[in-house]
Parts: sequence; structure tokens; C-alpha cells
Amino acid sequence: MSAGQPPMDSPEIRRLTPVIGPGHTYGSVTDKISAIVLTRPTSLGWYIGFLIAFSVMGMMTVAIGWLIIKGTGIWGINIPIGWGFAIVNFVWWIGIGHAGTLISAILFLLNQKWRTSINRFAEAMTLFAVACAGIFPLIHTGRPWMAFYMFPYPSTMGLWPQFRSPLIWDVFAVSTYGTVSLMFWFVGLIPDLATLRDRSVKKPMKIIYGMLSMGWRGSARHWHRYQSAYLLLAGLATPLVLSVHTVVSFDFAIAIVPGWHTTIFPPYFVAGAIYSGFAMVLTIAIPLRKAYGLEDFITMRHLDNMAKVMLATGLIVAYGYFIEFFMASYSGNKFDVFLVQQRLHGPYAPFYFALILCNILIPQLLWSFKMRHNVVVLFLMSIVVNIGMWLERFVIVVISLTRDFVPSAWGRYSPTFWDWATFIGTMGMFVTLIFLFVRVLPAISIAEMRELVAETSEDEK
Amino acid sequence: MHLHRSHIYGVMGEFGDPAELIHAVEKIRAAGYRRVNAYSPFPVEGLSEALGLKRNMVSTICLLGGLAGGIGGFLFQYWVATSAYPLNIGGRPLNSWPAFIPVTFELTILGASLAAVLGMLALNKLPQPHHPVFNVPRFTHASSDRFFVCIESKDPKFHLEECARLLQEVHAHHITEVSDD
Repeated sequence: MSAGQPPMDSPEIRRLTPVIGPGHTYGSVTDKISAIVLTRPTSLGWYIGFLIAFSVMGMMTVAIGWLIIKGTGIWGINIPIGWGFAIVNFVWWIGIGHAGTLISAILFLLNQKWRTSINRFAEAMTLFAVACAGIFPLIHTGRPWMAFYMFPYPSTMGLWPQFRSPLIWDVFAVSTYGTVSLMFWFVGLIPDLATLRDRSVKKPMKIIYGMLSMGWRGSARHWHRYQSAYLLLAGLATPLVLSVHTVVSFDFAIAIVPGWHTTIFPPYFVAGAIYSGFAMVLTIAIPLRKAYGLEDFITMRHLDNMAKVMLATGLIVAYGYFIEFFMASYSGNKFDVFLVQQRLHGPYAPFYFALILCNILIPQLLWSFKMRHNVVVLFLMSIVVNIGMWLERFVIVVISLTRDFVPSAWGRYSPTFWDWATFIGTMGMFVTLIFLFVRVLPAISIAEMRELVAETSEDEK
Repeated sequence: MHLHRSHIYGVMGEFGDPAELIHAVEKIRAAGYRRVNAYSPFPVEGLSEALGLKRNMVSTICLLGGLAGGIGGFLFQYWVATSAYPLNIGGRPLNSWPAFIPVTFELTILGASLAAVLGMLALNKLPQPHHPVFNVPRFTHASSDRFFVCIESKDPKFHLEECARLLQEVHAHHITEVSDD
């Protein structure tokens, strides 16, 4: 930003790039958002998109079914590369699942009004991404029907989980994150479910939305406690978001494997998670606002802000890559130095350079105001960052595992058809859930949009 | 309009604007009514103060939930590691407390969040499938664009005509009695 520009929240800027289109009232935001769910006929495009996504999800079901029949031997993993796609995809999905709660919680605490129209579907995206992420470690255990062993329960064998293991920390971190994100999302939905209950015409819809809204009637006494609970949840979710990817990074950093055993991992993983999460929010927001004509609610200001967050977190990630290099060289530890050389010159070097291109070089275009305001560029950029962040996890998992301490333990990794079928299948599941979500629930928080209308009309007075 | 007090829940008036709502609530409370409630499609700033609502219990419940989750979670791990399933790993101490911190942290957050949400719902007596205010046909607007005030019949000062007149004075629209069934 040049020095001559007014600060970001000054009235001039707000008029230039508003967070809500002009002329909206309580009724009009309610009508427009609830109509997507209640009255708008389901478009042919929705059916086609849903069918494609659902078929891809079917491929995942087949792949997991085959895995359960045959075992993990159908994947490309083998000693020394025991982790492979399952863990790469797990970390990728869980990272994507960070933006939703970050937008909801941290931006809420920082009183950023622009979060209002994107928080609902970002939270939904978080839940769906966590659901996709959860599949991978579960099926990677090889015997997913035994997964309950990881939870502490009084078994007849007298066996308890090993609480000193980062993998058990992961179980607690991810399941807590899933639960808290679900509650956060649901609490936010309650007033909107009441709106849908009151506005739906068909009896079954009234009953379903009525049950889900739990009899919410907008009582001032209820709002009073509701606001306390929402604020507390935001305050609790903030450290939680930061802790989840920290714990995920512990899965690596606690091990002594070269390239994993570093203290930069927690902050650099968290930044990477936010980076990929915001990229995925853009990937979804751009088609969504176009398809449902929501340009008044998800304005250029939102896209611009998200692009800036991506740029900032992308730079932190770049710093992480640099520090990995620096620490390896500066420590003089020959295994670490060797690993860095393997990244640059080893068999997987093309992946590393593709990662640098996707995560560091291309996103520098976001410095330009013109690029940040070009919807097509932003959409393509978000895809590039998603690919880059997947490559990052691939590089971390595969290069370290294929180049362990002694050459006799070296190996190669390549995914099989079933690896790809499972991975692409979870994308189908993610998109299927997104399609269902925008069809049956309000993709933008109606109650918070009304608050925004009230606040903006006060500002104008 | 001569129903007995026990057959009606209260008298309700409608407003189109949050500022009018707050003004009305202040006037009604100034007239000495205490069993007054307001209904709005979004949390209205200043409404809690106008209604004289005090600090609520949600934060206390949340704190207790967090303490239970954190202390309980740590003690549980301590018990597992030292007595239920002790593992001697290279002679290191069984109570390896730094390794228990991540799970303790997560359980603190989990306990506090569950307590905040369930506590909020319990204090609000939700889920509650039916409530007398839903008998008012126009009340469906309380979840979109209208604001409502209800003077409840439980108020010791409650008198149907007087309450209706008071609501008229504060320019409420569609003043209706709320039947109690």
C-alpha cells in the first residue's frame, strides 16, 4: 500500500469497496439468502455438478472397499516409505480445514466485519475438509475397524493409549477440532434455521428446520447468553486452530528423521495451513458468488482481503523453507545437509521446484492490486496454491523417508492407481458435501448480515 | 378483549427498527413493568442493558468445563502412565508430564467449549418446541425483519388494556394479545 492511501478502515475505503452492496435492508438480505435454499428452483447445473462429484465420491467408496478387502498392499507404500499418500493427503486436508475456524474465530475477535459473509461456508468447508482428512489416518491403520483402540476406554485387556506419542496427541487434537468446529458452526446456524423454519411453506421443511432450530425465537434473554457463548467459543477456537496443525507438525518434528526434526515446523505448518485454507475458501467462494449472484455479499473487498492473507501467510511459508535450508547448512549436521541436497538434486527434485514455483514465485503476483481484483486470476491462483501445498507435504513425507540415515535404508515411492483413486475420491466427497450444503442450508449467515445492515446504516447516519 | 389473566401469556407489539425497540423497552420498564421480553432477528446492541439483564452464567459454566477438562485430562493421563499401564522406557520417569500437555490442552478446550454451548442451551431452556409467542401470526417476522416486545401476564402490574395503551404510546404496530396454549 502506498503512503498516500488512507488507512484500511477509514470511511473512504469502506465506501469504495464495501463489505455489503448498497441499499440492502433486513428483509432483503433475509429474502435473498433464504431464497437460495427455499424458493429458488434447483438448477440443472447443480444436478450436473452434484452427479459428477457424487460419482467421484463413489470411486472413493470402491477404493476404500478394495483396501479393506486386500489391505494396504494395494497402495504404493512399503518400508521404508510407510506413510505415502495417506499422510500427505491427511495433512493437506487438515490444513485446508484451518481457514474456516480462523475466519470465524480470529477475525471475529479482531472485529473484522468483512468476515461475516464468508464465515458460514468457510466453517462448512472446514468440517468437510476435516471429514476428508479423518478418513486417511483411519484407513492407513490397515485395520480401520480397530481404530477405537486409539481412544481411552476401559478395555477387558487393561490396555490404555500411549499418551507420550504424537500420534495419540493427533487423535485428540483432530477430534477436538472437529467437535468444536461443528459446535461453532451449529451455534451460528441456530438463528438462521429459525428463519428457514418461519419462511418455509412446505410442512416437512417446517418440521425439519423447526427441529434443528430447537425452538429459537430470538428472545433478547437468549441472545444475551448466545452472544456470550459465541464469544467464548471464538476465544477457545483461536488457540485450538493454532494447536491443531502444531500437533500435526509434532507427528513429524518429534521423530528424529532428517528434514522433520526441526523446531520451525509448528509455526510453519500453521502458516501453511492458513495459506492453503484461504486458497480453498477462494476456490469455493468465486464460483459460489457467481452461480448464486451473491456479488453484493461476497464483494471484491472480501476477495482482496483473502488474497492479502494468502500473500502474507505465503511469505511466512517461504521463510519456513528458507530456515529449513539455513538451519541444515548452519548446523553442519551431515544428514540434514544431505537431505537438503536431495531436495535440490535428488530423484524428487522436480516436485521441490514445482513446490517453490506454486507456493512462492507465482503468488508474488498478488502484490499487484490489478491481479487481486481479477477474479479469474484469483481463482487460478487459489488452485495453484492448493497444488503447491499438496506438493509441500509430498516433499516433506517422501523425500525424508526415502533418504534415511544409511543408504541400505533408502528407497523409492510412487503411488498406485488406488492411491490416486482414494485421493481424488475424497475431493469428490468434499465437493458433494459442499453441493448439498449450499442447497439445504444458508451459505451466508443471515442473522449476521442483518447485524451488518444495522451497523452500516448507523455508519451512514 | 376480556380474557382472564391466566388465559393469556401477554401483550405483544411490533416495531420496524432496533432503535424504536430499545426506546419502547426503556419506556415500558420506566413504567414499572419487569416481566418484559424483546424478540429480534439479530442481537441488538443495548437491548440487554435496556431490559436490565445482568451478567449471565455462561462464562462461569465455561470456566468450570475447561477446568474439569484440563485437570481431569491431566490426572487421567497421569493415572494411565503411572499406575494403570506403566511402561518403563529406558528408565525415564513414569510421570513424564511435558508429554501430557498437548492432550491436556485439547481436553481443556473441549471441556470449555462443550460447557459453553450446552450451558447456553440449558440456560435458554432450549430445545423447546413450542412457546406461546409462536401463537402470534406475525411473529414469523421475528426471524427476518421485525422487532417485538412482549409484556408478560406474570407481571404483577399486568393489565391488558393498560399494557395495550402503553404499547400504543410507544408507537408499536399490530398490538396483539398472546394466548397461552
